[in-house]
Amino acid sequence: MADIHNFTLNFGPQHPAAHGVLRLVLEMEGEVIQKADPHIGLLHRATEKLAESKPFNQSIPYMDRLDYVSMMCNEHAYVMAIEKLLGIKVPERAQYIRVMFDEITRILNHLMWLGAHGLDIGAMTVFLYAFREREDLMDVYEAVSGTRMHAAYYRPGGVYRELPESMPKYQPSKWRSQADVSRLNERRSGSMLDFIDDFCARFPANVDEYETLLTDNRIWKQRTVNIGVVSPERALQLGFTGPMLRGSGIEWDLRKKQPYEVYDRMEFDIPVGVNGDCYDRYLVRVEEMRQSNRIIKQCVDWLRKHPGPVMLEDHKVSAPKREEMKGDMESLIHHFKLFTEGYCVPAGETYAAVEAPKGEFGIYLVSDGANKPYRLKCRAPGFPHLASLEEMVKGHLLADVVAVIGTQDIVFGEIDR
Amino acid sequence: MSSRIETLASRLSARFAQELRALPALPGDVAFEVDAANLLAVCKELRDNADFGFEQLIDLAGVDYLDYGREEWNTLGSTATGFSRGVNRIKETVGEPQNKRFAVTYQLLSISNNWRLRLRSFTDEGEPPVIDSVVEIWSGANWFEREAFDLYGIMFRNHPDLRRILTDYGFIGHPFRKDFPLIGNVEVKYDTNKGRVVYQPVSIEPRTLVPRVIRDDNRYDQVLKEVPVGAAASR
Repeated sequence: MADIHNFTLNFGPQHPAAHGVLRLVLEMEGEVIQKADPHIGLLHRATEKLAESKPFNQSIPYMDRLDYVSMMCNEHAYVMAIEKLLGIKVPERAQYIRVMFDEITRILNHLMWLGAHGLDIGAMTVFLYAFREREDLMDVYEAVSGTRMHAAYYRPGGVYRELPESMPKYQPSKWRSQADVSRLNERRSGSMLDFIDDFCARFPANVDEYETLLTDNRIWKQRTVNIGVVSPERALQLGFTGPMLRGSGIEWDLRKKQPYEVYDRMEFDIPVGVNGDCYDRYLVRVEEMRQSNRIIKQCVDWLRKHPGPVMLEDHKVSAPKREEMKGDMESLIHHFKLFTEGYCVPAGETYAAVEAPKGEFGIYLVSDGANKPYRLKCRAPGFPHLASLEEMVKGHLLADVVAVIGTQDIVFGEIDR
Repeated sequence: MSSRIETLASRLSARFAQELRALPALPGDVAFEVDAANLLAVCKELRDNADFGFEQLIDLAGVDYLDYGREEWNTLGSTATGFSRGVNRIKETVGEPQNKRFAVTYQLLSISNNWRLRLRSFTDEGEPPVIDSVVEIWSGANWFEREAFDLYGIMFRNHPDLRRILTDYGFIGHPFRKDFPLIGNVEVKYDTNKGRVVYQPVSIEPRTLVPRVIRDDNRYDQVLKEVPVGAAASR
């Protein structure tokens, strides 16, 4: 008889379905996975160590670069940890703005996930559809922070600035006629809240479109139903959070169970899966997009009616206005101290967590009373998810590895940190 | 919420009067310290006893307390001579080492009871620092412990597969230790003569851009004072 032995396959790091820089060493018997050993760290930038060498505020942009498809949620956990240690309270309007942008971020993340996951397992169209809506939300990011991705918009004590009164508009060019531009700008004539309101009105129909493409699609179901099944007991043992945990049937969402900011005033539901397979997690995430849309709508309505400060007026923590700084000695001193030395945070340890789109994103912050963190640990939701990859793919076929990586919503920015 | 936290704190103090010591914590947090020798027994009980019900290990972090409370810029009592330039690195001003250096922090979450607990345990003394692995209790600890081993050099006793995880293949040292320079020890470059990428000692000087400074601020005296957990929760 011929000599039969297992085959070791190197998957990635330059594989389009590896979602960045995952290197996976697979041991296979024919097409069946026997062992899977993920090698991570190819995107390791020592964010936590870098943060130890900088004043607190200078690390906010690093948070954007952790999970780079859910930027503001990472910032949120970080500023919440600082606020907890400082013992400051954020103005109500800023809390609503944060909740609104957390949910916008969740839709951004799930759209990215849906498009990439679809593309990985053979559905091309949904990627194009998802990126169409993503573009609008990216514009919202741009309008509010000046940048499409790495916003650095949340600051300890509130958010950086008030919501803008106008949206960025398309300009006529060689490739875009005046008629095209006016059609595209139609939705952008009002304020940012008008634009988001309009988005909320049309987004449920868009989600229906994605569902038409996938939910009852035979190929989609063949690729996802009963793939990567995780029992609720194992999901808890493995440290799963977010849609990965809810997909296995455990009703757990920090926004409901341990509400932060103004989530306790929001009306929304938590979708929960039954079988704990890739298909259930897909359904959970799609429903989450609809629920996020509901929350955004409620925030928009509240924000329209309640003007107010969006930043704490405590110049030991937040910078004074620029015009004050030009004319007032004390403001100048505050400005100078904040932008050179930063503020000192009282000694102590704390852990702050938010329900990020991928699961629980937490910041464990140790301060010894200095102007820099003593120790910063980012609890990335993807880290324990990827750690369980071997358990999820064992006995599956090679093609299912791609489906499982997709369903875990892996982003290496947060896993490697 | 605060009454629930008190319930948890009082249950913990009652059940583990010997094993656990309350750590100062902010209102809303519950934190205890456990000796490394009791770690496994306490964790097992925390998971299995429905009074606590900590089914999930959310996070595990190594901490190096080597430089805790040390500044790079001394601004007190320096008016006669003027301020120093604030560029002294901590390494040069280190006093005698603290007797306990490495700790491991566990963030536990109970889904059934909806509460959180932070456990801290200092490792055994010596090099390498050693502590028991909790993989047997929470499978999710596997990679977290690999990470703490990689970055801090903490050895986890009875860990099934303690390899480096985040750093490069063949990396030397444990980069998150406080005595490991921020710029690292080696850099890579392409050597045209050898026709391959080579490692060489770093060619840049470490710099302090913003000195680390601790300022006493009386506004925080309320928060700063070490308050045991039970008292903190009742405030």
